[in-house]
Amino acid sequence: MWKNLLDWIEYRIPMMRVANMHAIQYPAPRNMNLWYVFGFLATVVLINQIVTGVWLTMNFEPSSERAFASVEYIMRDIDYGWLLRYMHSTGASAFFIVVYLHMFRGMIYGSYQKPRELLWLFGMFIYLALMAEAFMGYVLPWGQMSYWGAQVIVSLFGAIPGIGPDLVIWIQGDYVISGATLNRFFALHVIALPLVLVILVFLHIVALHEVGSNNPDGVEVKRKKGSLTEDEKTSFKMHEYYTNKYDIIDDVVPFFPHIVLKDLVAFCVFLLGFCYVLFFNPEMWGKFLEHPNFEIANPLKTPEHIFPVWYFTPFYAILKAVPDKLLGVTAMFAAIIMLALLPWIDRGKVKSWRYRCGLHKWNLLVFAGVFIFLGYLGGTPQENWKITASQILTVMYFGFFGLLWLYSKNENTKPVPARITK
Amino acid sequence: MSDVSVDANHSSAADNQPQDNTRRRFLTVATSVVGGVGVVGAAVPFIASWNPSAKAKAAGADIEADISKIEPGQLIRVMWRSKPVWIVRRTPEVLAELATHEDRLKDPNSENEQQPGFAQNRYRSLKEEYLVLVGICTHLGCSPRYLSDGAFAEVVEGVPNGFFCPCHGSKFDMAGRVFESVPAPLNLVVPPYYFIDDNTILIGSEEGAA
Repeated sequence: MWKNLLDWIEYRIPMMRVANMHAIQYPAPRNMNLWYVFGFLATVVLINQIVTGVWLTMNFEPSSERAFASVEYIMRDIDYGWLLRYMHSTGASAFFIVVYLHMFRGMIYGSYQKPRELLWLFGMFIYLALMAEAFMGYVLPWGQMSYWGAQVIVSLFGAIPGIGPDLVIWIQGDYVISGATLNRFFALHVIALPLVLVILVFLHIVALHEVGSNNPDGVEVKRKKGSLTEDEKTSFKMHEYYTNKYDIIDDVVPFFPHIVLKDLVAFCVFLLGFCYVLFFNPEMWGKFLEHPNFEIANPLKTPEHIFPVWYFTPFYAILKAVPDKLLGVTAMFAAIIMLALLPWIDRGKVKSWRYRCGLHKWNLLVFAGVFIFLGYLGGTPQENWKITASQILTVMYFGFFGLLWLYSKNENTKPVPARITK
Repeated sequence: MSDVSVDANHSSAADNQPQDNTRRRFLTVATSVVGGVGVVGAAVPFIASWNPSAKAKAAGADIEADISKIEPGQLIRVMWRSKPVWIVRRTPEVLAELATHEDRLKDPNSENEQQPGFAQNRYRSLKEEYLVLVGICTHLGCSPRYLSDGAFAEVVEGVPNGFFCPCHGSKFDMAGRVFESVPAPLNLVVPPYYFIDDNTILIGSEEGAA
């Protein structure tokens, strides 16, 4: 009976074929470590954002008169409204935490290198869409920081020579940030950008499964057809889509259940941290939900300090470090574009930092430190020493890419093992 | 099954036929062009709907402000296009101090078009006594604070009055002119305005324009 039903479906839609190809018989390197759980966690958070977002939409009112009050209504008068809203707001920050770790994983193990350039680019597009999604979502509660944050970000477009000022009015739909702006951001936040995100995530996974997963050794597990003996090939049954094109070395396990179970353990640990924030510290000392945002938007009163939410502050620090407005905006966008260009800036052939030169390891660690320190500078009140510090760190941020480009051409690398090590 | 394929012209069976793709090419180009025009045309309503609506334009109309009750040195705020507009009644001392720090300004002579023609002077105003400014920092749109009676000297040495932006530390003098080495690139904006009579100012249009 059950078998008949499955056969009936399979005859009409390739359900089992897709499940086999992308999970049950997908070859995953057996040495995938802790760094490899963040893609899974990002997917879980995406689902959390979509589900809680749909429920918040049921009571949120996207008008400048009602938005702030409707969020308070959700918080106070709807059963479990506070929980749904905090799941959504905590999820936004969690999203960036796992995405930043996911990106850093790609950097240390060279996962952006050939043949995974397009996979990396789809990832960068996801990151861009995510930033737009998060920014517009932050405007919706219509608090002071929503309003003034939007003011700062939208006016960035005003720096474009010639069309800038008209472009700002067009984006705002008014001469200032107003209810019209709020309403269109709502439409983009709940419909347009989530659609784009889901499509990009789909493409990201399709691209991943086409080229195969990288691993901490940076050793390819898919080898040229006919290059391996039967002993060297994996004894697991992998999908013929992969085995027809390649010989797969005996260093892989099926994604389901092996990797999925590891991911679920990580998910449990993640859930502990998530629930701590959710139930005990949803504002995270003003970092996840900034305190001025508990006050309704007031165009006549600028908050004493304006910061974007923590995940934007490294780029905000770069923006502030440059004394010229247009150059500052350019530097900020360039900081993101440099990341997208990593596959071409890194001219090395060895992927994982395990087998690359010592300078590369230091370069990566310093870059991570610079990024965090810039985030601190961009998210705390302006002081004189901070301007100098953020200027030095901005140079160091771009210096990472310059150095990488220089030393990766003729790098002194260690021999890469033929097989995956322990 | 028929032997005729769509590409019959390209098959070896048709070698004796003259190959002529011009009609196909013409149709491809013609439909692409017409289709492209259609796409551009269809995009117009979607893009244009983002412009300010008739309601928003009406809300952005001119406003009048009563200036008869402003004390010397006092700043009042009025709303124009939902932006704060400051009207400051400057004392003779404040006016005198404008000439003293011009070497420390980015654009002391208001060469950038941040003001109507009538305000391109040291006082950046129609009448020296009244300063009218859009109270939004030219850096990233925050609203600077009015620091008077010596409070401003804490941020700029020797200048007792001015405007200080709390967001990123931009500084402006009592004509809205920006100081050197701050993030704001330009002087504060002077909106178009004129005096209807001694007690009333109209913000939004220049005299004779409306």
